[in-house]
Amino acid sequence: MGKAVLKRLALLLGTLLLVSALAFAAFSVIPGDPTGAVLGMEATDEQIAAFRARQGLDLPVWQRYLSWLSAFLAGDFGQSYKYDMTVAQLIAPKVGATLTLAAIAFALILLISLPLGLTAARRPGGLVDRAVTVLTQLTMSVPNFVMGIALMYLFALVLRWFQPEYIPPEQGLWPHLRFMAFPALAVALPKSAMTVKLLRGSILGELGQDYIRTAYSKGNSRGSALRRHVLRNAMIPVVTFLAMAIGDIMAGSIVVEQVFGVPGLGRVLISSINNRDYPVVQAIVVLLAGAVVGCNFLADLLYRVMDPRIDGR
Amino acid sequence: MRQKSWYLTIGAVLTACMLAFTALGLFWTPYSPTAVSAADRDAPPCAAHLFGCDSLGRDVFSRTLEGAGSTLAIALAVLALGAVCGLAVGALCGYYGGPADALVMRLCDAVAAFPSVLLALVVLALTGPGKYNVIGALGVLFIPSFARLVRGEFLQYRDRDFVRSARLMGVGDLRIIFVHILPNTWPTLLSGLTIGFNNAVLAEASMSYLGIGVSPTEPSLGYMLKDAQGSLFTLPWCTAFPAAVVILLILGVSLVGEGVRERMGVAS
Repeated sequence: MGKAVLKRLALLLGTLLLVSALAFAAFSVIPGDPTGAVLGMEATDEQIAAFRARQGLDLPVWQRYLSWLSAFLAGDFGQSYKYDMTVAQLIAPKVGATLTLAAIAFALILLISLPLGLTAARRPGGLVDRAVTVLTQLTMSVPNFVMGIALMYLFALVLRWFQPEYIPPEQGLWPHLRFMAFPALAVALPKSAMTVKLLRGSILGELGQDYIRTAYSKGNSRGSALRRHVLRNAMIPVVTFLAMAIGDIMAGSIVVEQVFGVPGLGRVLISSINNRDYPVVQAIVVLLAGAVVGCNFLADLLYRVMDPRIDGR
Repeated sequence: MRQKSWYLTIGAVLTACMLAFTALGLFWTPYSPTAVSAADRDAPPCAAHLFGCDSLGRDVFSRTLEGAGSTLAIALAVLALGAVCGLAVGALCGYYGGPADALVMRLCDAVAAFPSVLLALVVLALTGPGKYNVIGALGVLFIPSFARLVRGEFLQYRDRDFVRSARLMGVGDLRIIFVHILPNTWPTLLSGLTIGFNNAVLAEASMSYLGIGVSPTEPSLGYMLKDAQGSLFTLPWCTAFPAAVVILLILGVSLVGEGVRERMGVAS
């Protein structure tokens, strides 16, 4: 196991390096020189030279990449072009909201999809199963921001369960989480539908296996065979799917934040893109990529624990 | 099983309806989508304005027709770009293998590890908004998923007996790729295309909703939803109809994909 994990770790580092190099290249080659954007048209030659020296723009590309990378790893993401702040200062207060949103969404996906998938698979073709199938097929087709708008309309206007105004955690943790549950639900519902579908199919596939027949013959009821024998095996593809979905959940959170007016990374990202504040965009992209790749790595480890047969590869 | 036929039928009918709806918008809209009419401001759905009017008095039906056309056109262009390039890359990688294949697949993994909407947003941050930039950005970002799909299929077939005997008879590589192997990959490819189409619609709508997609003067369902959100509680029809069109478009195509997978026995 140790060797395989080390190999995955090397692969993880390689992917991260590749992603960071791509991000660096994209942001230092395509937009050209940031000098004009920052200093404006009327800058004198001395100002330009001073700015270029300060930003290290006159060094060769690979040196700039290495110094950018080492600074990035040390937590120095550079200086915002637009505001008189470092990128870290700009991003830090916003990360919490997005992470909270994504975490609640992830929890909701598990809470919604596991019971539904199990119930649907218990009696395939039954009324519950058919209802769940139709519902998941419908829910899957709703983009998460549209889901957000629909939830906003239903819960804020019709049912009046919440005010459509962001509640920061300073006003109390519980009201904050309660508010965040709605955008999180918008992110979670379409993903839950896919998870239910996958889990149902995976359980039904496992139920036909010999070891389940053995479990029945030893006196297990269908319910206990499901819980004690099938679930662990059926969860393997689901875990892979959920790990791959983490990137989508992050992206979904960023989009849905805009629907509910949550001041998270999404808002910073959008305004930085509109302001062409490239260091901020770059930092957010690399951080998110790191988070996504890291989560995939963790899922891979979990996968190995759940299914020891995978070890050999 | 009876249920098997339903997906494809419902999906095909729904998709046909949506295509007819969008095709209609290409040739005819009841009003000009940009015409402002003070008298019809905030008008709810009625006989004259099927989907009502927005806060400027623009006809929501006409705007939805036009927006659907633009969303569909962008999605199809993205799909064409991503599928054709992905097919070429995947076929070559899968058929020939070797270190080039390993390198390309690593690169694909790195790109695919990341949600395409976010990457496309970042690309648009560099290129600026606009229809063609959206198509280019999403199209390129869709290549890896197709490449991986096609590569997997080609890996399965390249050492089968029928391919070997074709090779033995002196058939050229290109002919083997396109004439002998490609037709076998159709079901998987078709199912991949439906998924890709839905992702493209979703990505375009999300990007335009965030205001970093097509430029604001171009029609788009995403922009309509963004504009309508301020008046969600007072003019819900401005949101409901464009949203319904997006959902039905995706639903129809995903049912078709589901049907194809079931009938052709493709793993989903």
